[in-house]
Amino acid sequence: MGLSLELAQVSKVYNGQEILRDCSWVFEEGLTQVIMGLNGTGKSTLLRICALLEAPDRGQASYLAGGRPLAPDLELRRRLTLLLPSVGVFNTSVFHNVAYGLKIRGVPRREIEQRVMAILEVVGLAAKRRQRALDLSTGQAKRLGLARAMVLEPEVILLDEPTASIDQENSQIIEGIIKEMKAERKATIIMVTHDPAQAERLGDRILLMQNGKLEPAAAGP
Amino acid sequence: MDTIFQGFSSAFKLIAALDSTLLNIIWLSLQVSGMALLLAVLLGLPVGALLALKRLPLRGLILSVINTGMGLPPVVVGLFVYLLFSRSGPLGFMALLYTPSAMIIAQFILAFPIVTSLSHTAIVNINPIIRQAARVLGANPLQEALTVIREARYGIMTGGIAGLGRVTAEVGAVLMVGGNIAGYTRVMTTTIALETDKGNFDLAIALGIILLGLSLMINLALRAIQRLGRTGSGVILWD
Repeated sequence: MGLSLELAQVSKVYNGQEILRDCSWVFEEGLTQVIMGLNGTGKSTLLRICALLEAPDRGQASYLAGGRPLAPDLELRRRLTLLLPSVGVFNTSVFHNVAYGLKIRGVPRREIEQRVMAILEVVGLAAKRRQRALDLSTGQAKRLGLARAMVLEPEVILLDEPTASIDQENSQIIEGIIKEMKAERKATIIMVTHDPAQAERLGDRILLMQNGKLEPAAAGP
Repeated sequence: MDTIFQGFSSAFKLIAALDSTLLNIIWLSLQVSGMALLLAVLLGLPVGALLALKRLPLRGLILSVINTGMGLPPVVVGLFVYLLFSRSGPLGFMALLYTPSAMIIAQFILAFPIVTSLSHTAIVNINPIIRQAARVLGANPLQEALTVIREARYGIMTGGIAGLGRVTAEVGAVLMVGGNIAGYTRVMTTTIALETDKGNFDLAIALGIILLGLSLMINLALRAIQRLGRTGSGVILWD
């Protein structure tokens, strides 16, 4: 059973400014929902609240499974993940970066090796598995971040500008991976982007963040 | 000039012959300093990490005290430990004065602030995004902290090496609390001081050469670690 996410009148003050104001929305299970909006409108803050990294000042962000709300504990946190805008690459090899989430979950070594190698093939980093991850290019680092998230097979994936400031080639690879996640894993994907064409290509729903609230974007690119 | 030349010549002979007195002194020095460093790391690393990762009350004050401790004069530490363990001191009943244990305690006090402060600095300088990355990948609070500490491993190792450099080179504290007893508490630095006083330069120069060599090795290790952290293969020392 997948997860849906319900925001109920979420408000958050950031740097003395209320950037989320009674924001309510239901992110449906198994859909790719793309959030667009100007810089500084609270999109990243919203994703951080969705990732349970931050609590709202008012209101609630609740995950639901089969209509029943779940406690925001470690067990729930391990069913979702967020790809941060700057990935936060660990100073170790590409392989160990991707293996991290599995290791801390106590997955057996042999299974880790199989799953990590399979994902590295998907993101095109298998040949670099022994390389120091900090030496990767920005685009490769984004792919690494995506691999690190995907290997955990999360039910909810939060993507904060996954193709920002990277070249077209890497951008296309990442879009391909996201499409695959949609088609094969039926994960709930919540993504922030500034690219309307990308939002059209990937999104089942396109939302606009403005005045501290989410609303459906007008039809058309 | 002759004395110096003769001193060096005899010193090299002592080293080449692996003189047993010389080896015993070196071995005791390494034991005392090694144990002091181990204790300093075992205690200093968690304290440094706690100060870096938790918003503790009085954190600024604690850090100021620890940073002040980095410059503690060894003789003051020697005096303090001496008073603590002297027969009429509060811990006199433990009968530790003039034993290697007292020397380890004195050197621990010298190394602890260095290890703690440099560990704190290394950990606090890790980009906060690393901690967030660990969290969004499902780390619990302990795993999160260990991940940040692991990211800071090169800086922490630098702290350990700097602490080792400090304790192997000091003479004041171990002389005061160890008493420089031959075969029991006599280490490299105290032997150099004593033998120089006696005008017996062979052993003093031999130990001086070894101490310098040790210092050189410590510094080379420090540089290698720093280079590794900056550009080298960060793959090592992860698992």
